[in-house]
Amino acid sequence: MNRNPQLNAHGELQHLITLEGLSREIIEGILDTAGPFAEVAEREVKKVPLLRGKSVFNLFFENSTRTRTTFEIAAKRLSADVINLNINTSSSSKGESLLDTVDNLAAMQADMFVVRHASSGAPYLIAQHLAATGRSHIRVINAGDGRHAHPTQGLLDMYTIRHYKKDFTGLTVAVVGDVLHSRVARSQIHALRTLGVPEIRVIAPRTLLPTGVADMGVRVFQDMKDGLKGVDVVMMLRLQNERMQGALLPSPQEYFKYYGLTPDKLRLAKPDAIVMHPGPMNRGIEIDSAVADGSHSVILPQVTFGIAVRMAVMSMLAGN
Amino acid sequence: MKIHIKNGHVIDPANGIDRAADVFIAKGKIVGAGGTAPAGFEANATIDATGCIVCPGLVDLSARLREPGFEYRATLESEMAAAAAGGVTSLACPPDTDPPLDEPGLVEMLKHRARLPEFAHVYPVGALTINLEGKRLTEMAELAEAGCVAFGQANIPVLDTQVLMRAMQYAATFGFSVWLQAQDPYLAKNGVAHDGEISARLGLAGIPVVAETIALATILHLARETGVRLHLTRISSADGIEMVAAARATGIAVTCDVAVHHLHLCDQDIGFFNPNARLDPPLRSQRDRDALRAGLASGAINALCSDHTPVDDDAKQTPFDEAEPGATGLELLLPLTLKWATEMKLPLATALARVTSDPARILGIGGGTLTPGAPADVCVFDPQAPSRIGREMLKSQGKNTPFLGQELMGRVRCTLIEGHLAYDGAFA
Repeated sequence: MNRNPQLNAHGELQHLITLEGLSREIIEGILDTAGPFAEVAEREVKKVPLLRGKSVFNLFFENSTRTRTTFEIAAKRLSADVINLNINTSSSSKGESLLDTVDNLAAMQADMFVVRHASSGAPYLIAQHLAATGRSHIRVINAGDGRHAHPTQGLLDMYTIRHYKKDFTGLTVAVVGDVLHSRVARSQIHALRTLGVPEIRVIAPRTLLPTGVADMGVRVFQDMKDGLKGVDVVMMLRLQNERMQGALLPSPQEYFKYYGLTPDKLRLAKPDAIVMHPGPMNRGIEIDSAVADGSHSVILPQVTFGIAVRMAVMSMLAGN
Repeated sequence: MKIHIKNGHVIDPANGIDRAADVFIAKGKIVGAGGTAPAGFEANATIDATGCIVCPGLVDLSARLREPGFEYRATLESEMAAAAAGGVTSLACPPDTDPPLDEPGLVEMLKHRARLPEFAHVYPVGALTINLEGKRLTEMAELAEAGCVAFGQANIPVLDTQVLMRAMQYAATFGFSVWLQAQDPYLAKNGVAHDGEISARLGLAGIPVVAETIALATILHLARETGVRLHLTRISSADGIEMVAAARATGIAVTCDVAVHHLHLCDQDIGFFNPNARLDPPLRSQRDRDALRAGLASGAINALCSDHTPVDDDAKQTPFDEAEPGATGLELLLPLTLKWATEMKLPLATALARVTSDPARILGIGGGTLTPGAPADVCVFDPQAPSRIGREMLKSQGKNTPFLGQELMGRVRCTLIEGHLAYDGAFA
């Protein structure tokens, strides 16, 4: 219980649940491994046999098309068999518990679970349950749990930054938007710190920042114009529809005016700044189309790199 | 039946006894403690307490027995066995059963079911409002006749402050005390953990300290206005302790307790989302925990309770935010009290007062002492004997405790309830 459950006794990555607590060597190792996989995608035949004969179960307790698809493509390019389960619409509505679902799928000789769940920490519960029942050979990859972590997104973001900026140790990076509810932001912040980014900023109204966010090692800005000054990387976060009007924010219009990334605001960043977004974007709410489609945007390359990074994670977990 | 407990070290906080001494029991009552045998006393049974502490049976201000309504979680039999094994001889049970304790018949049934000699004395806390809904008052006077010792809402707040004020006025009419847990339901909405660095990092929805202090302010103002005797259950924050102390200084009749888990754990103990650390109120920061430990030592907090809440595995083996709050505690109350005393370098007598005579005073019952004439509710324990907390050793049907796997000092050797041997762990 006290040892980090995603590492085995040799300190190797057994599951990927969070980037918090992972060493720089492990994170860089994944990014290094992803490089050659990015080249696989350029080939005529986009397949390598590393996971041939393995069964990867995409266990999505929360809807997602994009993340599920990229995991599916990654697994298929590694020659694995992929089974997609949208449990949102099947078992849990019939009252089956999470661990019962896991037991049943494990009995179908699963080799890897890719899990998305609305509750923070759900992948830990699954990994601990597998260990307690003698099935720790089944690997767990967190594809997003509640507000806690989205480690493959964090990794693909790091891959993207490294691709464009080469070195992390001189960068100023701003994370903008709904940090409070964002598993992406948490994973990004942990990874940026571990990789040695000297200045990580978060920019958001107070209602979208967790209490104690500064303890995560970030500088907090409420004014986006101050926060964007001189940054090398702008990482935008998605604002969920249900949070746009209510007690957190008065309206999408006001949010866009003060926290939406427009060409004007982007001009405060470094001239060669890159703009990232985990998708799906709300154009006109957190980001102006002119920025999303503009020359600073690396949003589509993020998606491409995401497949390579997920291939790297899957192949490494299968090999450890 | 006459019992002679010899060779032990007697600690009776209410009477200032803390020395090697014997205890004499006849007809279910204490007839002597700390002195020589009463004239003509001839024991039918002797308990050799060599190496052990002999103290009043523990008085627990909150133990959920889960009857009626939640028998799949625990039964009176299982939890009474747990109480006896934990040295607990009197307990107050909160009204959040199903149905809640809002009718005299339910209370009478519970008291009747709990009447076995090896069972701890049960003191039901009646519901303050019908179905704990915070709308209509219960028949408090009738409930008191049925056996309720106080009135409360368990951990369910009364939203309507007008109803709360009237409930206090009505209780004050009869001199009943009102027990309330201070948590503002709006500020605590959807929250599952203390709002701070840990919840931010783990991505758990937070319950800020102001949820406690705002509710406290409301409750304390109404207590001043109505003059009701107020007991605050499960105080969780440093700020909360200060507010209670300040209110007391202005003459408000208020007592408060803390749960034993909050004395030892803080939000960091959630670790990797351990559902057994999901508690209500939430485990707060280290600073809060340290203030609770100091407040209980100084007497600013009056009593320590187990807040025993057995939860079945199905409701705990879930993601943290879906897990039902609560931890089993009857069998951990004594060892965790001793652990606190040791770590705070407190005299054992001071520590034991917080789980014997002090809570008995809040309940308004005669127990919690070894005064001649008092019921012979006695706990004999070996403070040096370790036990490893495991699922098998717990008699409670609830195996949910954040202390699983830990070794704690202090093991009950035997428990007497009105002179009846309720638990004999001599060979356990």
